[in-house]
Amino acid sequence: MLKLRMKRGVHPPEQKISASKAIQEFPLPKQVVIPFSQHTGKPATPLVKKRQEVKTGEKIGEAAGFISAPVHSSVTGKVKGLETVLLPNGNSTLGAIIEVTGEDEFADPTWPIKDVSTLTPDEVRQIAREAGIVGLGGAVFPTSVKISPPREYPIDSVIVNGSECEPYLTSDHRLMVEHAEEIFQAAELLRNTVGASRGYIAIEDNKPDAIEAFQKVLNGVKGWEVVSLKTRYPQGAEKSLIKVILNREVPMGGLPFHVGALVQNVGTLFALYEAATRGIPLIRRVVTVTGDGVNEPSNFMVRIGTNAREVLEAAGADLENAEKIIFGGPMMGVSVKSVDIPVIKSTSGILVMRTARKPKVYPCLYCGKCVVACPLHITPTRLVKYIQAEMWDQAKEFGLFNCMECGCCSYVCPSNIPLVHWIRYGKFMVRSMEAK
Amino acid sequence: MSLIVSSSPHIHDKESVPKIMLHVILALFPATVASIYFFGIRAVWVILVSVVTAVLTEYLFLLLRKKDTTAILDGSAFLTGLLLALTLPPSINLSMVAIGAAVAIIIGKQVFGGFGANVFNPALVGRAFLQAAFPIPMTTWVANKASSVDAVTVATPLGGFKFSHLLTAHKDLFLGNVSGSLGETSAILLLLGGIYLLIKKYIDWRIPVGILASVFVFDGILWLVNSKKYPDPVFMLLAGGLMLGAWFMATDPVTSPVSPAGIWIFSIGIGFFVVLIRLFGGMPEGVMYSILIMNSFVPLLDKYLRPRMLGEKK
Repeated sequence: MLKLRMKRGVHPPEQKISASKAIQEFPLPKQVVIPFSQHTGKPATPLVKKRQEVKTGEKIGEAAGFISAPVHSSVTGKVKGLETVLLPNGNSTLGAIIEVTGEDEFADPTWPIKDVSTLTPDEVRQIAREAGIVGLGGAVFPTSVKISPPREYPIDSVIVNGSECEPYLTSDHRLMVEHAEEIFQAAELLRNTVGASRGYIAIEDNKPDAIEAFQKVLNGVKGWEVVSLKTRYPQGAEKSLIKVILNREVPMGGLPFHVGALVQNVGTLFALYEAATRGIPLIRRVVTVTGDGVNEPSNFMVRIGTNAREVLEAAGADLENAEKIIFGGPMMGVSVKSVDIPVIKSTSGILVMRTARKPKVYPCLYCGKCVVACPLHITPTRLVKYIQAEMWDQAKEFGLFNCMECGCCSYVCPSNIPLVHWIRYGKFMVRSMEAK
Repeated sequence: MSLIVSSSPHIHDKESVPKIMLHVILALFPATVASIYFFGIRAVWVILVSVVTAVLTEYLFLLLRKKDTTAILDGSAFLTGLLLALTLPPSINLSMVAIGAAVAIIIGKQVFGGFGANVFNPALVGRAFLQAAFPIPMTTWVANKASSVDAVTVATPLGGFKFSHLLTAHKDLFLGNVSGSLGETSAILLLLGGIYLLIKKYIDWRIPVGILASVFVFDGILWLVNSKKYPDPVFMLLAGGLMLGAWFMATDPVTSPVSPAGIWIFSIGIGFFVVLIRLFGGMPEGVMYSILIMNSFVPLLDKYLRPRMLGEKK
C-alpha cells in the first residue's frame, strides 16, 4: 500500500460524526421535485407532460447537447406539473413535480443489460450517458464526457477518489465500507473503457475501515493499488489528487486527460455499477445529514427530488434553532435560505450548524498564510487586491480563473477577508464583461 | 427559523489579527522583563511612555480619519510602542520616547492608511526619527546592572568593537550582561520568543534564518580573510540589535514579502546591509537601516515574484 500526503492545503477538524452510521434506505416520499438542471452543462429537455404517469427510472428529461445529462423519475407516480423550482445554490430552473402513486414499478433501461465483462467501451459510455451519471464528488460533470477523452490523449491511470476530504461528510466513506466490491467492479470497467494500465484507490487515512475493505477486495488484483493519504483538505480535488499520486501537474486551464489521468468519485462509480448491472439510472444517492444541529447524524440513501426538510427531520434536525444550513461540506458547500428544496445529484450532505460565524474583518496584513495554504500556488492576497482595484488583466495573470474556490485561503486568513468570495466576484465580473 | 446565507467556506481556523498581535507581545515578554532586570525602573518608564503614547496616538488618528476606533484593540499599536521602547537606550529622555512613539504611529503607519497599508516597520520609523533628531541621547549608553562595569556611560559591544576594537565575550552577549538598547541585550531570551513564534507559525522561518545565515556567511568570509580586522561571525550574530531585528522587526508581516522567493531576497538583503553598515559604515550598528532599506523593496518583490502556479509552464 502506498502512503502519500499532499503539501499545502489545510487540515480543519474532521468532524466525521456520522462515520459509523450505516446507510439507511430513506422511505419513499409522497412527492418528488426533479430539476432538469442538476449537472454541469445545458439543462435537460423535458420529455413528460402534466398528468403523465411515469415509472421509477423512466427518463423524463433528455440531454440537450454533448455536455449535458438526462434526468430520470426517481419514483413511480404522476407528473403534477412542470414548474420553476429552487436549487440549493440559489438558482432556479425548470423541474418536474411528481406525485408518488404507489410502490416502485421499474422502467426498462434504455441501454443493454448483459454480463459486465462483455461490455464494449462504447457500451459503457452509453450506459453512463443514458443513466444520467454525473460526477457525484461535487462537480456534477457528465461522466460520459469525462470517459471519452480525445484520442491523442491516452489515459494510463485511473484514480478512484475516496478521499472525501471535506469535513463532516461521510457518504463516500459509508459507500466504500459497505460496497467496496461494487465500486471496484465499476472502476475496473472504467479502466478497461479508457484503456488505462494502472488503477489507484485513493482513501484518506481517517477512514481505515474503508482502506481495509478495499485491500480485501483487491487482494492481489494486478494493476491496482490502494493509496492511503494523510488527511488533508482539498486532497480530493482532482488536480491535488493527480499531483499527489502521479506527481503530474494538470496544465492551467486543462483537464486530467491532458496528463493521462481519469479521476472518478466512489459515489459515481457505485451509480455506474447500479446502472450497468441492475439497469437503474442515477435516481438516488447517499446523503449525510450532520452537524451540531442534528440529533441523529445519519447517512441516508435518498431518492433524487426528495424534499430536504423531510430528510433533515428524519435525522432529528433542530431547524428552529439552526443559524446556518449548508448543502455539501463546510469548505465548499452552499448555505441555503430555506430547506424546502430538493435533494439533487450533487447533494453529498446537509450540514446543520447551530451557530454561524459572524467574523470581524480586518485589513490584510500580508502575512502570506493564504499563499502557503493555496493548493494551486496562487497568491490569493495579491489576486484579491487586483480584483478590488478592478485590475482585471493583472487578476487573470495572477490566476483568477485557475482558482477552484476550495476555500483554504479564506479558512486561514487571520483578517477574516472573504478571499474566495472576492475571487468569485472577480470571475463573475470578467465573464460578464467578456460576454458583452 | 432565520438562516444566515453566506459564501463558503463556512468554517475558519480561529486565528485572528488580535490573536497574532497578542502572541507576538507574549513572545517579547522575556526580553521585556529582562530589560527591567538589566536597567531597573528606568526601563519600566520608557516602555510605559512608549506604549501609552503609541496607543493614544493611534486612537486620535483613527478618530481624525473617521475610522472605527475599536481598531486600537487589535494590539498593533501596543506592539509598535513596545517594539520601539525595546530599541531605545535606557537613559533616553522620556519626552523623546513620546515623540518617537507618536512619529512611529503617525508617519510610520497612519499616513499610509493605517494597519496593513504601511511600507516601513512603524517602530523603526520612530527610531530612525529619534536617531536623526537626537543623535547624542540615542547613542549614550548606561551600564547594565548585571555586568561588573561601574561607570556612568559605557560603549555597546558593537561600539566597543568599532571604535576601540574590543570584543565582548560571547557568553555575556548570549545572556545579556552588556549595555545596549532596552530589549536587545539578551540573545537567548529573544531567541526563546522567536522560536515560540516559529512554532506557532506566526512568523515565516525564512526571515530569521535568511538574515542570521547571511550575516554569518558574509561576515564569516571576511573573518576568514582577516580575523584581526573583522569580528568573528558568532559575535556578529549575538551583538547589537540583530536578534531583535531578525526575529521581531523584519518578521512584521505587513512590511515583509509574501512569496518564498521574495522573502529570501528580503532577508538575505538585510543580512548583507547589516554586515556592510556594521563593518564598513560610519555607525557601529546597522540593523535598523538594513530592515528599512529592504522594507522599501517589498512592494516590488511582491509584484514581480509571483510563485509558479500549479500546472503553469516552468
